[in-house]
Amino acid sequence: MSNLRILVPIKRVLDYAIKPRIAASGKAIDLTGQKMSLNPFDELSIEASVRLREAHGARISDILAFSAGPTKSQDALRTAMAMGADRGLLVDTNNELEPLAVAKILKKVVEKENINLVILGKQSIDDDAGQTGQMLAGLLGWGQATQAAEIELKDDVVKVVKEVDGGTETVQGKLPMVVTTDLRLNEPRYASLPNIMKAKKKKLDKETLESYGEGLQGRLEILEIAEPPPRQGGGKVEDVSGLVGKLKELGAI
Amino acid sequence: MSFLATFRPQRVLNTARRLRPTSYLKPGAFTAVRFATTKQTATFKPPTSEDLIELRERVQEFTRREIPEEFAAHVDKVNEFPAEMWKKLGSAGFLGITAEEEYGGLDMGYQAHCIVMEEISRASASIGLSYAAHSNLCINQLTLHATKEQKERFLPGLISGDLVGALAMSEHSAGSDVVSMKSNLKATETGGWVLNGTKMWITNGPDADVIIVYAKSDLQAGKKGITATLVEKGMKGFSVAQKLDKFGMRGSNTGELVFEDVEIPAGNQLGATGEGVKVLMSGLDLERLVLSAGPIGIMQACMDITLPYVHTRKQFDTPIGHFQLMQGKLADMHVKLSAARAYTMAAARAADEGAFDTRDCAGAIMYASNMAVECANDAMQALGGNGFINEYPAGRLLRDSRLYTVGAGSTEVRQIVIGRSFNKEYA
Repeated sequence: MSNLRILVPIKRVLDYAIKPRIAASGKAIDLTGQKMSLNPFDELSIEASVRLREAHGARISDILAFSAGPTKSQDALRTAMAMGADRGLLVDTNNELEPLAVAKILKKVVEKENINLVILGKQSIDDDAGQTGQMLAGLLGWGQATQAAEIELKDDVVKVVKEVDGGTETVQGKLPMVVTTDLRLNEPRYASLPNIMKAKKKKLDKETLESYGEGLQGRLEILEIAEPPPRQGGGKVEDVSGLVGKLKELGAI
Repeated sequence: MSFLATFRPQRVLNTARRLRPTSYLKPGAFTAVRFATTKQTATFKPPTSEDLIELRERVQEFTRREIPEEFAAHVDKVNEFPAEMWKKLGSAGFLGITAEEEYGGLDMGYQAHCIVMEEISRASASIGLSYAAHSNLCINQLTLHATKEQKERFLPGLISGDLVGALAMSEHSAGSDVVSMKSNLKATETGGWVLNGTKMWITNGPDADVIIVYAKSDLQAGKKGITATLVEKGMKGFSVAQKLDKFGMRGSNTGELVFEDVEIPAGNQLGATGEGVKVLMSGLDLERLVLSAGPIGIMQACMDITLPYVHTRKQFDTPIGHFQLMQGKLADMHVKLSAARAYTMAAARAADEGAFDTRDCAGAIMYASNMAVECANDAMQALGGNGFINEYPAGRLLRDSRLYTVGAGSTEVRQIVIGRSFNKEYA
């Protein structure tokens, strides 16, 4: 039964409550002056790792919060540490990093820090890519359980109840593993002011992108960003047969 | 709010001081070095602008989760402070902002306290009011005037939210003229007191476990005869006559308290005998400073509801926010809010840096409270017919704003405090 060294990658994104505005170029979201926050799915990851520590005590020997982004991402790392992560690592870069690049960086962090459990958010709310966790598992050759609604640890086996289209699916795998979090997993705790003060004393290391080597450039070009078309009005039907008739008319059934 | 980081309140206050006759200049008044004041703990160091910006974001995260609009509307409707909120505020670390760390406080000073107060009031002005009474009127007064033994006895519970605090000075017949209070203390052989009297308009009164009560230990000595004592819930003879049914701030419990031969041990006296008025008056300054953030929170809430509304509601095929008369209204509201906030934060910063000014404490709450009533009226007007319906918060914001023009000294008393201060200077 091995000790757990958990890696929790997090991302600083546009605050979920703000209505995004498309930049003049039509190829990006306008972030100037907008409130940025910790990706909500990443809050679930940190909460999950802290709850594992509450359940398994000293077996969880390290919780490392990680982020790759502009210098201000350290605010998000401090929130993670205030919630219970032991230390933070920031790869300070203004480059846009695609999921594959992030996965490659994370692979190096996993190897360097001897990580045996990575808990990521299932997606980030800016690009909704939903790829990084899966790509990381592939690069590492580890088992993965995505969209976790429940995580259970027993000895070296991780049992995960996943959210799938038809309902839930329960899988289990042996450590080391990659897990991505989904909404029903937990309700993240509020980081109290005293904990935030204490978090200021926790270690936050900074590194540059160069130290992570080659192959991190983007491979995708954003052609256009546009708002979804405005919703068209619907039609009213009299009864069930009217509904069935209408659906047939529209070619839906 | 980056302008706050560069705004130098010291220069504004210094300029005003330099224009006065030189005979009044107090030595050391302009230096950036903190001289010893009675308004801070011994360990206090002013926070940086980054600390304060981060603090505001943390409080917003809390209120977003724990005090959403539906909850604020609910406490107003049921006319009841949510008792479970004390522990939540305590666990979040908000109750002891100015208290010493050894009792669980954060020792962050008045700018920090104003920011926390503003954001809580923005979410719910009622909860903000009760919060201020507990964290400033009770906890801060204990921090500045209690003995070590009293602090050890009361502060940890108050700061964690296990105990509820209040402060009682006003009476039925002693509001603005608070020094004419009739509650009295009779000395006992053991060095303690027997308290008799009533108090009125006491925030948190119905729920409080610990109350700082001002009463006359010498009924003939006028203001030199006031002594402060700590009354605890459960003491024989202490009761709550009624919870008041108020026009606004209905989520904050306000009460009339009755003291009938309440025996107060010597260890519960706060400060020296007959020195109560100093504790009271200095407390009033700090109360006004921190409370001034309350109406600022209300004004921010007015903007929070008005701005989206006037850009969504269309008349004549145009969002009403695009009409010039509405633009003018938005501009006026914004400037009132920003000016009030700048004044309060400047006064708070001066307090943190040791250049404390009574006039600006009174001035800050006087200005903010008057502007809040105007803004709340403007918000209701901007929302048109919808502003008049209780489904929208505009009505509650207006009702809540009306408290601050009379609570912690009425507008008129604040004006007199400032006017008299100038009279004293030029005497």
